[in-house]
Amino acid sequence: MSAATVAPGVPGRRAVRVGPVSAVWRPRAVLVPAVLAVVALLLAAVDVGRGDYPIGVLDVLRIVLGGGGQADRFVVVELRLPRALTALLVGAALGMSGAILQSVARNPLASPDLLGITAGASVGAVALIVLGGGVLGGALALVGLPLAALLGGLLTATAMYLLAWRRGVDGFRLVLVGIALAALLTSSTSYLLIVADITQAAQATVWLTGSLNGRGWEHVVPVLLAVGGSALLALTGGATLSALRLGEDSARALGVRLQAGQAALLAIAVLLASVAVAAAGPLAFVALIAPQVALRLVRSAGPPVFAGGLVGAVLVVGGDVVARTVLPVELPVGIVTAAVGAPYLLSLLARRTRRLDA
Amino acid sequence: MTRTAAADAPAGRVPQRTARPARRRVRLLVGLLGLLVLAVVVGVLGIAVGARSIAPVDVWTALVAPTGTDDDVVVRALRLPRTALGLAVGAALGLAGALIQGHTRNPLADPGLLGVSAGAAFAVCLAVYAFGVSSVTGSVWFALAGALLASVVVFLLGTSGGGGSPVTLALAGAAVTAFLTALTSGLVLLDSVTLDAYRFWVVGSLVGRGDDVLAQVAPFLLVGLLLALVNAPALDTLQMGEDVARGLGQRIGPARLTGVAAITLLTGAAVAVTGPIAFVGLVVPHVARAITGPAHRWLLPYSGLLGAVLLVGADVVGRVLVRPAELPVGLVLAVVGAPFFIALVRRRRLVSL
Repeated sequence: MSAATVAPGVPGRRAVRVGPVSAVWRPRAVLVPAVLAVVALLLAAVDVGRGDYPIGVLDVLRIVLGGGGQADRFVVVELRLPRALTALLVGAALGMSGAILQSVARNPLASPDLLGITAGASVGAVALIVLGGGVLGGALALVGLPLAALLGGLLTATAMYLLAWRRGVDGFRLVLVGIALAALLTSSTSYLLIVADITQAAQATVWLTGSLNGRGWEHVVPVLLAVGGSALLALTGGATLSALRLGEDSARALGVRLQAGQAALLAIAVLLASVAVAAAGPLAFVALIAPQVALRLVRSAGPPVFAGGLVGAVLVVGGDVVARTVLPVELPVGIVTAAVGAPYLLSLLARRTRRLDA
Repeated sequence: MTRTAAADAPAGRVPQRTARPARRRVRLLVGLLGLLVLAVVVGVLGIAVGARSIAPVDVWTALVAPTGTDDDVVVRALRLPRTALGLAVGAALGLAGALIQGHTRNPLADPGLLGVSAGAAFAVCLAVYAFGVSSVTGSVWFALAGALLASVVVFLLGTSGGGGSPVTLALAGAAVTAFLTALTSGLVLLDSVTLDAYRFWVVGSLVGRGDDVLAQVAPFLLVGLLLALVNAPALDTLQMGEDVARGLGQRIGPARLTGVAAITLLTGAAVAVTGPIAFVGLVVPHVARAITGPAHRWLLPYSGLLGAVLLVGADVVGRVLVRPAELPVGLVLAVVGAPFFIALVRRRRLVSL
């Protein structure tokens, strides 16, 4: 082929070529995540600044970067920053997890909530609250609850994968096994709530709605590791994910090692969701809503992983700001994220002009 | 094991293709009759089994010629309404599940997907929180109103963006469910009286619902049943995709509207009485589809009957397991139904949507 031939392309879609690598220039795929990242950081700064001892957004940014007096530094870095960071990271983890699951299952309703991963984590934590009874003192609550939740989530996912295994795992079977497990685990939680006395039931209900109260650096570090590691892995798995969206047969025909790729992506999604639930409780619907909102903002072919994570981060941090400062009573953040995120997704659905199939 | 006619009869073997559907129809009809008999048997069990066991003969006399003995009172005042309610609710949820999975073409869809369960739950909590309603008879009206309202909102929002494709409808339902669940959680957290009422309602139970409650929701169930059966042929056409269905002369809008109305009425009435037992509606259509294949004229009756059998069966099991106490039926369904469902998913090649 001579170099002089006109490059084939789609009108209006400019190709960007750097050496052997080429990609279509889609402004939205770059601009939307950039804007979302800025919004998420600003919201986090607002979140840190609000409280009994208000600090301006610019001051917050200066203090985080190393300026400010000792008292300010203590309030910001030791007391408030961990909470805001937890919110950011948990939101990102849930958004990414949802985007991966929705792509692998090729179903816009798939999310860690619906597939039983969140339910498994919830059973772990609620069982500890209810059966642990009065023993649940400070130290045990701090270490035990996240650990129980993490274990519950991972065990559920393992069970789901093994039960769906039959000469390989088929996405459809995996999803069906997931919903059966979810039903089983959800009613186990309901049962535990019934046998508990009302104070423990109330305590468990607070945990079940998801809360960011009193989160310290010990909560931030595991989520940070999980989100960072998974983000890197998801970056390398991007091509597999795009192929999987075309269906299992097409993906195999394109040369994707289906079982290995699927299992790796599922493992990432499960890890992200379990760590997030362990850190902040089951923030319902973030993993369901965030990828779909991101899909409609970026206008990509399937739920985008990174933009989904960023929307999740914006949603949870924004929810925390609203929950702590705007409303007359302080509500757990899980309620606000759903109450704010759901109408936004609805407005996107109503405005949509072209058909999108996730 | 039943497979679809298309899989059984590869193109080219003409004689078999004409012979098979007839045999298949007979087989499915016999299966349906068997299921009907099973429903009756489970119904009798539902009346006979409990903290106080009653012999089938005494059940018969209590139903036909009551003489006012203790057994007669137990049967007529407690067991009969409860079993009838279980059969009605189970059938409604099974039907609604088949309908919603057909309309959204999504195996994850449960009857509550259109916001029906969440709307009912929120309305029940609101009734307790704001109006102090604590009787089942009172909260049924609230639950029904909440379910209908939520479903209308979902349908309007889901269709406003251009045609109401299955994906949009499902997502709109999920979003409205998220929103209403958040409001419900808020109410439950603010007020422990509401939490106390809500935590028992949300498990799903048939206990303490008299025959007046069934009479309350019966009209809604009947209209829903009628709409569901009317909807079956349209649903079969819609399975080929909206464009093909339109090409075949199917009017999409009215078909969707009929389906959504049927789902709302059936699920709304069922959930209002028993609380959200969504699992029946989720699982039963998959089981039924494994028997009948994807054709809705068979799938719908099978789903309805299977739902009734499953719900009353689970209720009986719940009463036997921890006699003389009992487990809520929603709990038993999940504990017994989920492993069964997983086994089914593993054994059979499920008919995908």
